[in-house]
Amino acid sequence: MSIRLRLDKPWRPLSAEEAARLPGQLGVYQVADAAGTILYIGQAGARSPFGLRSELQRELQDRGTGHQFRVEVNMQYRTRWFELLMVHKADHGNLPADNARNPPPLGRLSPA
Amino acid sequence: MDFEPSEEQQLLIDQVRRFVREEIIPLEAGLDPDASELEPADHARLVEKTKAMGLFGIDIPKEYGGPDIDIVTRVLLAIEMAQHRAGLYVPCYGTFGGAGLAQIFEANDDQKERYLYPTLRGEKKAFFGLTEPSGGSDPARAIQTKAERKDNGWVLNGAKIFISNADRAQYGIVFARTDASKGRAGITCFLIDSDTPGFHVRRVVHTLRSSHYATELEFKDCWVSDHQVLGEVNKGFAVANDRLTRQRIPYAAGCIGVAIAAHEMAIEWAKMRSTFGERLANRQAVQWMLVDNEIDIRTAKHFTLEAAEKARRGLPFRIEASIAKLTASEGGGRVVDRSMQIHGGMGMTKDLPLERWYREMRIRRVGEGPSEVQRMVIAREILGSNLR
Repeated sequence: MSIRLRLDKPWRPLSAEEAARLPGQLGVYQVADAAGTILYIGQAGARSPFGLRSELQRELQDRGTGHQFRVEVNMQYRTRWFELLMVHKADHGNLPADNARNPPPLGRLSPA
Repeated sequence: MDFEPSEEQQLLIDQVRRFVREEIIPLEAGLDPDASELEPADHARLVEKTKAMGLFGIDIPKEYGGPDIDIVTRVLLAIEMAQHRAGLYVPCYGTFGGAGLAQIFEANDDQKERYLYPTLRGEKKAFFGLTEPSGGSDPARAIQTKAERKDNGWVLNGAKIFISNADRAQYGIVFARTDASKGRAGITCFLIDSDTPGFHVRRVVHTLRSSHYATELEFKDCWVSDHQVLGEVNKGFAVANDRLTRQRIPYAAGCIGVAIAAHEMAIEWAKMRSTFGERLANRQAVQWMLVDNEIDIRTAKHFTLEAAEKARRGLPFRIEASIAKLTASEGGGRVVDRSMQIHGGMGMTKDLPLERWYREMRIRRVGEGPSEVQRMVIAREILGSNLR
């Protein structure tokens, strides 16, 4: 059984069309700049009206075009979100810029 | 045994009940349904309130500054503290403080200075490292993490799994095999600082409990000095076993609290909701579900208070603790399940806390010793300790 720690799907352009095609499910997502630098790791929790679709539509509205995203449908959206943040910190030494402004309480991971 | 709360106990129960209903539940309404933390400012504000109530650090023994509340009363209060969405695993979001891990009270004076007192002051957090990939229910045989003598200390190698809070804790209580030939008499308990070279939190383990994760640990040539041995070498199993037995009582209390909350929701819903021109409460099928809820709750509460009372009196309570844990976790699960059924479709949504309780309550039949192990403990007590 392989355990996937990182979200490594291909990036998709953050556009109105792409966001509208997303499922209304719970999950996690990443937003990156055009070069692929991750700017933010987010979660679509149960308070999101249409789950991942709502969150990415909001990201598009806030950030404008020129960004990329990828999502993972996941019922364990909160623990997966914490995991992605901790793995990012372990890989890069810091959190994505937009998470670092208001970081949640995080532990330390040293993934093998 | 008379389990009717005394006047003094009832005052405390009412105080905690008000706290849950007036402080916790309104804040919870604004959080994600799977949240396990309050905003830091809210947490700090509520800690001040529990301190003003004289109930902060409720599980801390009196000689270490705790409020000196007996275990029966603590069970009654734990039942109240669990009656909100996050209450099964994070009663009142930790605003009543914690005592840390029970074993740390058995530390020597030096260890108490380094670990116990900072923990009681809230400066350090600990994890409990017992379960391994090879198993958790039978630690005497399952522990494969080895600790070998080297340079006036011990070198640990191995892995642990399903360990809560290891990524955020400053230290942990870790069990390792120090004598492979001696079974349960070959296990030693160590205090491991989480910045010790060779200690790694390798990954998050996702479970049904989406509000909180467990972790997997690796010990790779992790050297610790003799000063880190908690208790005596090769006597760690008794430390683990004592903790597992004691922990079963508050564990049961949490299940009862959530069961009561779910049952009360089901009663309210049954009185309000109509189908085919009749209130649900008037239908025998629903009445019987509510009756079964009531019986499950009363049964679990009776056995849990009985275990607590025996512990309070200093009597053996191993069998009672197992019966309490068994009846509360299994009965609690049935209560939440019936309450969801009574709520119909709404019961399945994240709009209500029932679905979270359903998932988390399922874990309770496995955590702190699965139902089958509790039955085994009880069978051994009934049939004699030589039963294998």
